[in-house]
Amino acid sequence: MANYSSNEFKSGLKVMLEGDPCSMVDVEFVKPGKGQAFTRVRMKNLKSGRVWDRTFKSGESIEAADVMDLNMEYLYTDGEFWHFMLADGTFEQYGADASAVGDCIKWLKEQEVYVVTLWNDAPISVMAPNFVDLEVTETDPGLKGDTAQGGSKPAILATGATVRVPLFIEQGEFLKIDTRSGEYVSRA
Amino acid sequence: MPWQPSANIHLLKQRAKVINQLRIFFAARDVLEVDTPVMSHYGVSDPHIDSIPVTFTADGTSVGKPMYLMSSPEYAMKRLLAAGSGCIYQISKAFRNGEAGRRHNPEFTLLEWYRVDFDLQQLMQEVASLVDMVLENDQLEWHFWSYRQAFENILNIDPLTATDEVIRSTALAHIDIQMQDSTPTDTWLDLLMSHCIEPKLPKACFIYNYPPSQAALSRIVEDERGDRVARRFEVYVNGMELANGYHELTQAQEQERRFALDNQARQAMGKAPMAADLRLINALQNGMPSCSGVALGIERLLMLTTGENDIAKVMAFNHPLA
Repeated sequence: MANYSSNEFKSGLKVMLEGDPCSMVDVEFVKPGKGQAFTRVRMKNLKSGRVWDRTFKSGESIEAADVMDLNMEYLYTDGEFWHFMLADGTFEQYGADASAVGDCIKWLKEQEVYVVTLWNDAPISVMAPNFVDLEVTETDPGLKGDTAQGGSKPAILATGATVRVPLFIEQGEFLKIDTRSGEYVSRA
Repeated sequence: MPWQPSANIHLLKQRAKVINQLRIFFAARDVLEVDTPVMSHYGVSDPHIDSIPVTFTADGTSVGKPMYLMSSPEYAMKRLLAAGSGCIYQISKAFRNGEAGRRHNPEFTLLEWYRVDFDLQQLMQEVASLVDMVLENDQLEWHFWSYRQAFENILNIDPLTATDEVIRSTALAHIDIQMQDSTPTDTWLDLLMSHCIEPKLPKACFIYNYPPSQAALSRIVEDERGDRVARRFEVYVNGMELANGYHELTQAQEQERRFALDNQARQAMGKAPMAADLRLINALQNGMPSCSGVALGIERLLMLTTGENDIAKVMAFNHPLA
């Protein structure tokens, strides 16, 4: 792969750091009036998700990472791998392991499209769309007429995720969930 | 190709107003406005500032003479002081190679001024008055910390007496960076300053009395604890460097020594040496009055007054649009 020099750094750039693929979240040129120039980068490890600040000397260069974000449809799991299919019409399939799927497992729904990050052609992370519609599989019976305000109860969704929902929600309903906060938004 | 300015027109009106205020400020204090060349036969020797070279050709032929766009009007203004100008100021374009980012543009505007017979404290007070005037309703509470105090308060180390090893390990404990063992101590101090200290300074703060190795063109004296310090200050507001000032060095011989030290540092960094500006040396030999001087970034000041955090928003056309 190519190398990037510090003056080419910009947010979104994917690079290799200590053997792991990382993404630059934010890049800042730091230069005291009478001191040496540095480039300060907020870096995200794409495998572990860890975000931290790393500083580079001016002119320092690092290796580019062969990383791609692709839209893929979730198909099924065999218990060991979660299988996705490219949403570009090629039907090419990829199996992501538990560490790549990570927290996204709570929001995996068949036929929904996810962003799968490939490193050297293998999935390393899966990101859910901001909103998914999921069925309530288990919750206490709804309280009729209590639609105005206040009160919430836990509900278990088809994916196994538990979210707080208003008291009027019934088992079997489909709900719109914000996957970033894990919160109920509305009935779907 | 985008053609529109990087700043909106309302902001350019604010910019014009601030520059007008600065001229009134100096006129009221009887400081003379001057205008020195932007293109010079000598560039700056400072190891961490790179002048932008240009080529002058007398008759348009291909054989040219290398010249430099000025990184600050300091040398020329000191020659005016030596010629008896009295107190002077200048609002001019300055150029620095390799400096581009949210707080840097390779071409920017400097306000530089010199006050004859002012010591460092007097000039710091005047800088505070100037910033207060521009900020109008948002009066700042100014703090004055020595470089040592800043390190003691925030990192609990004394930068003037700590061993190189303590400074290096303190930096490595706070900052994720890979550096060679031969890295100069001043680089570690710069890293601590920009990464650990700047974000924790009081909102409006002067830092003064720098390590002698960071004197640049300031006088070196003994501080109250008997350690050698450079009579230099920096102004920080909201953790952003706004200005850099000196109780100016006036001795020609010491100036020559500093030029030589700069070039040693440049060569150690793999940079080409810069010829010493002999006109400045000659001016100092002739005699420059005791004075203090400061350079303040106009765009940084505008970022402060407008709350913008990208330098592009306070200049008509930033570097990519130039």
